[in-house]
Amino acid sequence: MSARHLAEAVRSGARSARSVLDEHLDAISAREPEIHAFNVVLTEEARAAADEIDRRVAAGEDPGPLAGVPVAVKDNMCTRGIPTTCSSRILEGWIPPYDATVVERLAAAGAVMVGKTNLDEFAMGSSTENSAFGVTRNPLDTTKVPGGSSGGSAAAVAAGFVPLSLGSDTGGSIRQPAALCGVVGVKPTYGAVSRYGLVAFASSLDQIGPFARTVSDAALLLEVISGHDPLDSTSIPEAPADLTSVLDRGVEGMRIGIIEELSGDVLEGIAGDVRARLGEAAAALEAAGATVETTSVPSTVYGLSAYYVIAPAEASSNLARYDGVRFGLRVDAATSGEMHTATRTAGFGDEVKRRIMLGTYALSAGYYDAYYGKSQKVRTLIVDDFARAYGRYDLLLSPTSPTTAFSLGEKTADPMTMYLTDVCTIPSNLAGHPSMSVPFGVGDDGMPVGVQVLAPAMGEPAMFRAAAVLEAAAPPGAAA
Amino acid sequence: MSGTAPEIVPGWETVIGLEVHAELATVTKMFSGAPNRFGGEPNTNIDPVSLGLPGTLPVLNVRAVELAIRVGLALNCTVQRSVFARKNYFYPDMPKDFQISQFDLPINGEGWLELADGRRIGIERAHLEEDTGKSTHVGGGGRIHEAGYSLVDYNRAGVPLIEIVGRPDLRGTEDARAYVSELRSILVAIGASDGKMEEGSMRVDCNVSVRPVGQVELGTRCEVKNINSLRSLGRAIEYESRRQVDLLTAGERIEQQTRHWNEDEGRTHKLRSKEEAFDYRYFPEPDLMPVEPSEEWIAEIRAALPLLPRERRHRLAEAAGVETSATSLTVDRGLDDLAMATIHLGADAGRVLVHLENNLADGVGLLTAESFAALIALETGGDLTATQAKTVLASLVAEGGDPAAIASAKGFEAMDSGELEAIVDRIIAEHPDDWAALIAGDDKERKKKSGFFVGEVMKATRGQADGRAVNELLARRSAV
Repeated sequence: MSARHLAEAVRSGARSARSVLDEHLDAISAREPEIHAFNVVLTEEARAAADEIDRRVAAGEDPGPLAGVPVAVKDNMCTRGIPTTCSSRILEGWIPPYDATVVERLAAAGAVMVGKTNLDEFAMGSSTENSAFGVTRNPLDTTKVPGGSSGGSAAAVAAGFVPLSLGSDTGGSIRQPAALCGVVGVKPTYGAVSRYGLVAFASSLDQIGPFARTVSDAALLLEVISGHDPLDSTSIPEAPADLTSVLDRGVEGMRIGIIEELSGDVLEGIAGDVRARLGEAAAALEAAGATVETTSVPSTVYGLSAYYVIAPAEASSNLARYDGVRFGLRVDAATSGEMHTATRTAGFGDEVKRRIMLGTYALSAGYYDAYYGKSQKVRTLIVDDFARAYGRYDLLLSPTSPTTAFSLGEKTADPMTMYLTDVCTIPSNLAGHPSMSVPFGVGDDGMPVGVQVLAPAMGEPAMFRAAAVLEAAAPPGAAA
Repeated sequence: MSGTAPEIVPGWETVIGLEVHAELATVTKMFSGAPNRFGGEPNTNIDPVSLGLPGTLPVLNVRAVELAIRVGLALNCTVQRSVFARKNYFYPDMPKDFQISQFDLPINGEGWLELADGRRIGIERAHLEEDTGKSTHVGGGGRIHEAGYSLVDYNRAGVPLIEIVGRPDLRGTEDARAYVSELRSILVAIGASDGKMEEGSMRVDCNVSVRPVGQVELGTRCEVKNINSLRSLGRAIEYESRRQVDLLTAGERIEQQTRHWNEDEGRTHKLRSKEEAFDYRYFPEPDLMPVEPSEEWIAEIRAALPLLPRERRHRLAEAAGVETSATSLTVDRGLDDLAMATIHLGADAGRVLVHLENNLADGVGLLTAESFAALIALETGGDLTATQAKTVLASLVAEGGDPAAIASAKGFEAMDSGELEAIVDRIIAEHPDDWAALIAGDDKERKKKSGFFVGEVMKATRGQADGRAVNELLARRSAV
């Protein structure tokens, strides 16, 4: 049942929030030990919240558009009184004294938070294998990764644990796991959703967004969490667009470009089955009345390189505060400096350390211009190239992930191979543009393929219209 | 610059540039709603943002920007578009382990400050940044390396600061003190800061170099930190000048260093050399937007500025017909408005300034411009002697009232000139030896003996004689 239908049923009194919750808790009990989507399931808190929703409905109140809908939240968003770990040892024992803005908005819309989901430590990774608390498995094939870094949130939706979840996307961390798990995942326009309470990885790239099983449900959740927040200076002041009302408007007359650099003709490594599904998706859009052609956005090929300088640079600074002084892990030592070192050595995993070192190096005196400075120039080039492309096209299209879900352990030995899985998703983060992954059939291995729809800043309405067309035209997906 | 600055070591010139940090007098902190208040129990003026908790974001306090612009305008700086930057280094009292500051694009560029003697001292920039917390090292004499443990108080963390970087235009301790005093007066006058050095709301770092008198090229400088009073500033400059001259005269070189002033020992210690300086890895703060104050806003702030000490000195000097340096004490005491009003009522400007500087150091109480002007009219009209005027003035300060009525109540009446002549002649007759010495003496002796006779006449008249009239009589008698 979709989140929209569940909320309708609860608001009308046809179903109790408690029964909806218990049904989902049963699903979690059945498969969570195998999947490990959650760092924590908040059974008691969720039951109390569901009962409160039922009390309000009984009292004639409207709890909001997500009344009684179970929602999972990535464990890098702060929850008051509930541990927020970022799947890192370094935050051991820390309990936030405040809620992230998105968590407040979920509660205000009547949603019931059922748990905090697993992720690659500090959202650094593409497979959820970098978690300090163990891997999350792909519900469609538990020998495969769910993608990452929001692998727990993607798996929770794909496994039917929750109809909706929140992830964060810095270089593809919502869209790539959405593609690998066969669900819808959206990275909104930078600034559309408040980052207040999202533990920062790379501040200029991070954005919170929804996972859902349908395009319509993703729109519903995005509408709830979007909107200006005075606590985030990069938050967009304008009122967010109404997505629900445009979902069925189709793509008649739209001009859509397939980014040739990201679709197999320029970059190696885009799998044949993924390219085939992309071609079919393009045909479906054309059949629905859009003009679709291949186009060049040349500088997107440099996105990955620029990203792996900019994101670690910001991360090296954002993660400095984990020093053992005020919160989380402390490994004592003779001096404060030695305590910092001992704490960080013990508290961070290898990938986090690797990126802190990369970023520290890129910002160092004598190297800044060659690395950070040059990467910012590439970022500007990408923005300019996209601007030119959006002069000719309403939307752009590419694969979300170069391949379907890979096996656990397959890419952990070589960081570069892992980084390459984000090649198609990174350019939108660098440009601050919205993009989303829509499931479109399966690959040769029977695992889901995702098609990425890209739009210019604030272009969510058109993006969702195309996504709805693709969803309707998609061949059968994989079943969990 | 003036070549008259006293040399601390003969033959050597001390060149000084000051960096002054002043806490801005806002109600809340620079990036959050926590109170900006001095004192209080440790860790009470804090919130998630000022503790740098994971997930928190800075939101710029517009009042801090306004005060910074006031400072810029008062220091004749170019107020410009500015960008916040992160200054990265680890220290336990810095919650995020980076400080939000401004680097290549400060809010205030190039300006100048005019000293009371009219000389202009260059200002390189005046930028915004946040303050750190405070560490207390317990045991081991309060030094971090020997301490048993350290305590951190974050009440001050995130308090807005303006850092005013002066050009090396100062010579000697008097210059440095005059600069800091003038800067403090300006900051207090415009309401930007309370300027309390003893509470640390104004802190001075001092760059000192020496060169042989006549050499144009600047010497290698050392930066001296931990100066907590104007007295320490003078002592530190003297110590550091001597240290550097000693090194140079011994044939050694000055190493560029940061040094720590120890008030108890009266000396500076090396903190670190240029090679050991931190690499702060500055980069633009991604969580904040550039600050782009509109022309209208700047004009509004400029229009609301009160008269600055410099302008008040010029205004009074013009009205009184004196050099600006002769007005600085009156302006420093905030008595220039009274002086202006009294002069406008026709009072003798010279007498106004003499009374303000010599007889009103403890405040003006109930004195009004009208009563002050009436008093001076009595004095210059010969109805009151200077001594009588001072007595009446004290009464006006304490109780107010009409000076003529007070004078008559005290029995101050202009002494009949014949009566005074008789008294003078009697005193001369009583002291024939002194009189002979006065007649025969050189200028110095005449002056000394005149003083003696004036004193005797005053004694005889219980201070009612007009000193000027007595002097005239003595001159006439001795010339016969």
